[in-house]
Amino acid sequence: MKRFLKSINVHELLRPLGQLIFFSLGSTVVLSAIALVLALILDRTVVGQTLFERLNVSLYTYTLVNLPQVAIDGLTIGFVYAAIALGYTMVYGVLEFINFAHSEIFAVGAFVGVEILIALDKFGILTGASLVMAYVYLILAIVGGMLAAGALAVAVERVAYRPLRHASRLVPLISAIGVSFLLQDVIRLVESLTTGQFNRIFPTFGNFDRRVILGKMTMGATNITLGVSYKSIIVIVSAVLMLVALNYLVNATKIGKAIRAVAQDHPTASLMGIDVNRIISLTFLVGGMLGGAAGVLYALKFTRIDAFVGFFPGLKAFTAAVLGGIGNMTGALLGGIVLGMLETFAGSYMGVFTMGAAGTEYKDIFAFSILILVLIFRPQGLMGANVAQKA
Amino acid sequence: MALLETTNIVKRFGGLTAVNNINFKLDPGRIVSIIGPNGAGKTTFFNTLTGIYHPDEGQITFNGKSLHGLRPDQIASRGISRTFQNIRLFGSMSVIENIMVGMHVHLKQSPLDTLFHLPFFKKEEKESEHKAEELMMYCGLKGVGNELAKNLPYGGQRRLEIARALAADPLMLLLDEPAAGMNPQETEDIIRLFRRIRDEKGITILLIEHDMRVVMNISEHICVMDYGEKIAEGTPDEIRSNIRVIEAYLGRGAVAGQHEEKIA
Amino acid sequence: MVPVILKNVIKRLEQGVYPHIIILVHMVLGTALVYTSPRSNLAFLVLITSFFTLYYFKADRRFKLIVGVVLTLFIFPVVGVRNIFYLEVIFQISVFAALALGLNIVVGFAGLLDLGYVAFYAVGAYLWAFFGSQQFYVLPFAPGTQPSNLPFLLPGDAFYLFMFAAIFVAALTGILLGTPVLRLRGDYLAIVTLGFGEVIRVLANNLDKPLNFTNGPQGITPIQRPTMPQSVVDGFNTLFGGVVGHEVTPADMYNVMFYLLALAVIIVIIFVTRRLDDSKIGRAWTAIREDETAAIAMGIPLVKMKLAAFAVGASFAGVMGVLLAGSRTFISPESFSFMQSIGVLSMVILGGSGSIPGVILGAATVTILNLQVLQGLSLYLSQLRQSDAVIPIINFAWANLSTQLDPAKYQRLLFGLILILMMIFRPEGLIPSQRRKRELASDKVEGGE
Repeated sequence: MKRFLKSINVHELLRPLGQLIFFSLGSTVVLSAIALVLALILDRTVVGQTLFERLNVSLYTYTLVNLPQVAIDGLTIGFVYAAIALGYTMVYGVLEFINFAHSEIFAVGAFVGVEILIALDKFGILTGASLVMAYVYLILAIVGGMLAAGALAVAVERVAYRPLRHASRLVPLISAIGVSFLLQDVIRLVESLTTGQFNRIFPTFGNFDRRVILGKMTMGATNITLGVSYKSIIVIVSAVLMLVALNYLVNATKIGKAIRAVAQDHPTASLMGIDVNRIISLTFLVGGMLGGAAGVLYALKFTRIDAFVGFFPGLKAFTAAVLGGIGNMTGALLGGIVLGMLETFAGSYMGVFTMGAAGTEYKDIFAFSILILVLIFRPQGLMGANVAQKA
Repeated sequence: MALLETTNIVKRFGGLTAVNNINFKLDPGRIVSIIGPNGAGKTTFFNTLTGIYHPDEGQITFNGKSLHGLRPDQIASRGISRTFQNIRLFGSMSVIENIMVGMHVHLKQSPLDTLFHLPFFKKEEKESEHKAEELMMYCGLKGVGNELAKNLPYGGQRRLEIARALAADPLMLLLDEPAAGMNPQETEDIIRLFRRIRDEKGITILLIEHDMRVVMNISEHICVMDYGEKIAEGTPDEIRSNIRVIEAYLGRGAVAGQHEEKIA
Repeated sequence: MVPVILKNVIKRLEQGVYPHIIILVHMVLGTALVYTSPRSNLAFLVLITSFFTLYYFKADRRFKLIVGVVLTLFIFPVVGVRNIFYLEVIFQISVFAALALGLNIVVGFAGLLDLGYVAFYAVGAYLWAFFGSQQFYVLPFAPGTQPSNLPFLLPGDAFYLFMFAAIFVAALTGILLGTPVLRLRGDYLAIVTLGFGEVIRVLANNLDKPLNFTNGPQGITPIQRPTMPQSVVDGFNTLFGGVVGHEVTPADMYNVMFYLLALAVIIVIIFVTRRLDDSKIGRAWTAIREDETAAIAMGIPLVKMKLAAFAVGASFAGVMGVLLAGSRTFISPESFSFMQSIGVLSMVILGGSGSIPGVILGAATVTILNLQVLQGLSLYLSQLRQSDAVIPIINFAWANLSTQLDPAKYQRLLFGLILILMMIFRPEGLIPSQRRKRELASDKVEGGE
């Protein structure tokens, strides 16, 4: 036991925690500042007047009062993006390949998790469950989602990517797009044959929907309670745990060393006695499991899922991975958090700031605009090294 | 006046200085080799000349004009053609088309000419087809015009790369290990081809080569690189007896006289 | 022994007068089948595959041309007017063939994977939808609140003008979108174009405020069509009225007209594609696709040539967009989803990227699978549901089958399967592209063959 404890590299265990806190605080502070400055400027214009007439409160106060909630929401979705982005980044790091089907692996994870819970609910197990058991069932669902998604990711790699490993770059990408489309309809097919339904709803149980009240504020005539729902806390905590575990796996274990070796150079790694195919499968397994867990967490947070649920989170997570520097794990965390925050801030304030001309409906293309800007001005991402092209 | 002149060229990758302070002059109409151990920075130097990399410091002047900030295609149109260490042909295009791609910078056909097959288009296409055929013959490729480039044997692919580079009517030809993987007979043939290119077409040739038979046989001037720096320059005979060169190849402490023959 | 005989027979059939006979027999048989059983999918397949026979067998060029003209200009319209569903299938094949041929320039020639190709289609469609409807006067009204007596901005005949205008507008959009991103590496470019496709769709969905440009998710309707002279309808009636079997209406003639317009666009695209392919520009595109580094070292300006491919591809999509808006008289953002882009891509991949006959075959196959096979399956299933049949062994009553299961909606499955299977087993497509053989003097001297 002592030897085991000694073998744990505490530094590697703690390092990502520090980074996560730093990134979260940093992006919160920066974005809050931007929002507040904008609010101050717009307060004296027609934008501020309109809001004042409507809610009897100044734009600045409105912005300030909403900030904590926006930041918490942004952080929650940011961590979900980060967890999915890690799947893209791991595969990209090892194969230099965009696993376009990762979004559907995420969706399959979500479905398996939700179906497990719905099945439990059918037997009446969930309604009467104690708080402890509620968490046990949730963990069960997450583990189920992880296993299914991980297995699927490995199978997809084996069938649709491995035969194409030596083809030109676009060939496996097209295959991956095919897999993505195929899986969307397979999920739909399975769901419509077994349950006959298009949407699946995350059952209500435990205390996940309740909120921890952090404080109360009055804004004009209305009272605003500031709170975090338990599910947001669960999402953040689970995502942090996964990120820490993954970081440890890759940076402080022998398997991780093998993964990094394969990422550097396949032929050389295989000369060193590493089974490259096994490591690639393992990469897909780990990436898929992360995606699956993220899927269940996503379902917990947003309740309703359908067969196409993976598309936008997947694209945004890819954006997050590119934003942070694809292939770079820390970058994926940073990218996910920044993107989630940016998106939530934009979604919450853009409507008010533009007097309703452009609001939440542009949230989804917001990510693309960021992706395009990043790729144009800093294609290696925020944390990526500038890799020279080989001639 | 020198055709090509580099002054204090530096190219770094992160912490590694791949090309360090290279001053190099190349007079028109000469055949010059760059040699050096693996990783000496020769190919990086080529890539800096052709605009694939931009030098971090220093100036490159070609034919009296600075190449500063130009893209590879602009540099190519100024008259620098190249071949690649690991042959880079357009595999699924025919041999003749590969050569015609090389003529890209000289073709004047407008989209309008192209769409309506105006007389100028037909004339230009016919002429370039003829020219491409001549180049095929010149480089020793016979009767393979319609073959796909990827189906040519190795030696043929090397020749095609040279023909494609010549198609641009360059002032200077950069050859990156043109004799790699060739047998002695093929090597001899290709050396003869290089001489003809220089003598008949007046094209200046700069080559990177590991095969010392080629280097010593063909070069009028040799530049030696090691760890990104130019460590020696001179005629083949001077280089053969240069202590620093021998050290670079065989390590410090090697006695010059003993290994002279091996290098030659 | 038998295979040898078979081989000889096939060989014999490919020579001399036999191909001509086969082509004619196929065409006549197809026409007769469709004519006698106008509701049979199989009969229609026989007719449409006569194009394949026409392409496959070696025959006199003039003969082929005449048969092709007869098929496309006479038989298809007449058969189509008899059964409007066929005309719809033929029209959709033409539209998708045109789109696929346009995308083929980008993907097949220049090797740029464009996942947002329908964005340009949308640009063309909304261009005519805006100018060819009342939308200009709807600008200040929120969707659904406009008065009903608004005038049209332009006469319907401006449609033809806009088909040309769309070339430039879409090409310009292509250049605007392409300029910042075309220096990106291939896989990044793919994702970014996907993003652009979504951006255009989201814009179409939401640009109903502050000014109502697109009418949001409800879409724009009615969109005008060019005028149809009564004389054309009458002429068609006197010529083919007897064969069609019912009085041809202007609505029928509109369908024929848009089909013919689509055909005209296809012919222009094929013409332009072939001319470009066989020139400095086409060689530069292929070179870029094969090896960017070598291409740029040969003096080919990468970004400029890629932009050209992007713009040419976009312009054709734009034209087809105008055509779509005119033919449907209704446009909504739904028609321009990511799935449509992938659908067109799967046509290109299935047929053979870079190959004109391949891409047309791909478009026809995918469209027929979509419209006839999947919908046929749906129909069959719903019949089964109403019957009291059971699946043997597992004893499952068809009536209990979920109504959610509607094969007609499983296009993603179809596209996905096509993309994966083709990439793994036949990445060059059903009819791989071929480089033109040149008549070279040096070949003759050698007499190599």
